[in-house]
Amino acid sequence: MGLKTPLLENHKKLGATIVDFGGWDMPVQYTNVIEEHNATRNACGLFDICHMGEIFVEGEQAFDLLQKVTSRDISKIKNGKIALAVMCNEKGGIIDDLTIYKFNGKKFMLVVNASNEIPDFEWCKKIAKHEKFHVKVTNSSREFAKLDIQGPNSKKILQQITDFDLNELSFYTFKEGNLIGFPGIISQSGYTGELGYEIYFPWNAASEVWDKLLELGKEDGIKPIGLGARDTLRLECAMNLYGHEMDENKTPLEARYAWVCDFEKDFIGKEAILAQKEKGVPSKLVGFEMVDRGIARNPYKVFKNGEEIGYVTSGTMSPTLKKALGLSYIKSEHASVGEEIEIQIRDKLCMAKIVKLPFYKKTDGV
Amino acid sequence: MVFELNPHDRKYTKEHEWVKIENGIATMGITDYAQHALTDIVFVELPEIGKHAQQFKAFAVLESVKSVSDVYAPVSGEIIEVNSSLPDAPEKINNDAFGIGWIAKIKVKDEKELDNLMSAHEYDEYLKKSSH
Repeated sequence: MGLKTPLLENHKKLGATIVDFGGWDMPVQYTNVIEEHNATRNACGLFDICHMGEIFVEGEQAFDLLQKVTSRDISKIKNGKIALAVMCNEKGGIIDDLTIYKFNGKKFMLVVNASNEIPDFEWCKKIAKHEKFHVKVTNSSREFAKLDIQGPNSKKILQQITDFDLNELSFYTFKEGNLIGFPGIISQSGYTGELGYEIYFPWNAASEVWDKLLELGKEDGIKPIGLGARDTLRLECAMNLYGHEMDENKTPLEARYAWVCDFEKDFIGKEAILAQKEKGVPSKLVGFEMVDRGIARNPYKVFKNGEEIGYVTSGTMSPTLKKALGLSYIKSEHASVGEEIEIQIRDKLCMAKIVKLPFYKKTDGV
Repeated sequence: MVFELNPHDRKYTKEHEWVKIENGIATMGITDYAQHALTDIVFVELPEIGKHAQQFKAFAVLESVKSVSDVYAPVSGEIIEVNSSLPDAPEKINNDAFGIGWIAKIKVKDEKELDNLMSAHEYDEYLKKSSH
């Protein structure tokens, strides 16, 4: 028996298949992955993301701590904005990727992966103590429920339970407001490549808010979405998933995360990352499409002229593009777009080619 | 959940394959229960014609968006025909697992092997038991 979000009974009532995900009992699908995937792209999907962690960093030196432990220059993030960042160890290996919500220079919320909540929290506390920073680090993960509401109809549906005009939010900004009377944090952001929102509010209100959104969104095609479609949605947009595209053995340069690193400032891991840049990055994360028939999945091996050159981190049959595609680490010398590679699927080598990322991008703007 | 009735003109395996014998030829596929459990089948790897299938050994592969599943031969014998329309239309298995979604035909080597399989009634009971 795993950890339970406050919505487990709601999922069971909706007929979800429940699986273990990083120690949590989570819905992997309600009807089927393709239907849920398409519902999110075309109408609206509602995701239980209560398993993810919320860590608050507050106080006089909250800014200093985050400058130190995260890859982003916090001074460049405006109040009310979000930034995607990584936390690295001294070797430049990725401890986690996270979003930083900046309330002001003395108050931040870090939204972290479920499986890394405790290590991230301990790491922040350890560095704060070591540097003697005047800062309070609080793990509020079990106080906040988190739902993602994603898709072209998400704004219209969420507006009905939100007490401010959602037009006030632009991409990667947030505001505090009330959700059917519950105090919440609402951001325009997500993990699907669609217009969408992430909402945070008291843990115990999860069931009420969940049911309300499903009820109010019915006409606009809202559907509950499991982790299966969450994975295909993010993969089409080439968004990384911790434990697949990155871990402590990969640096941001390898994991296509150089863009979340501000090398103008100091942060833990920076020197190692720059040293790696100098020396040459051994492997790179690339996107591929299958040329031969077959679906390449994690952790199938990748070959070129008989030499093993990498492995698949994530792969699927893309419901939107109807192509077998995926992400893979490849030795840098082979990691250019257009390069042909072979992926071992069971006992056969199947041809694939490296393609530009992302696989999918919403054309009418998010 | 309500599944399509398991037809009485064939036999069943514990791994949820069905097999129908006509003139010594076994036509096989997966059951409606199995296609429900797999959900969206998006890839089919068929067995090779001319190869020898062995009862209860994996000989084909079905993949959904999320998962990879082996298909086991319900009887031993030479594979004489495969449903070659499936690679281009794997959804046929979801749409009609007991009919147009058939997977392969095997020339039955030993009819005694059929005694290792379940009747429709026994398979119904087996599903009831395993759903608890």
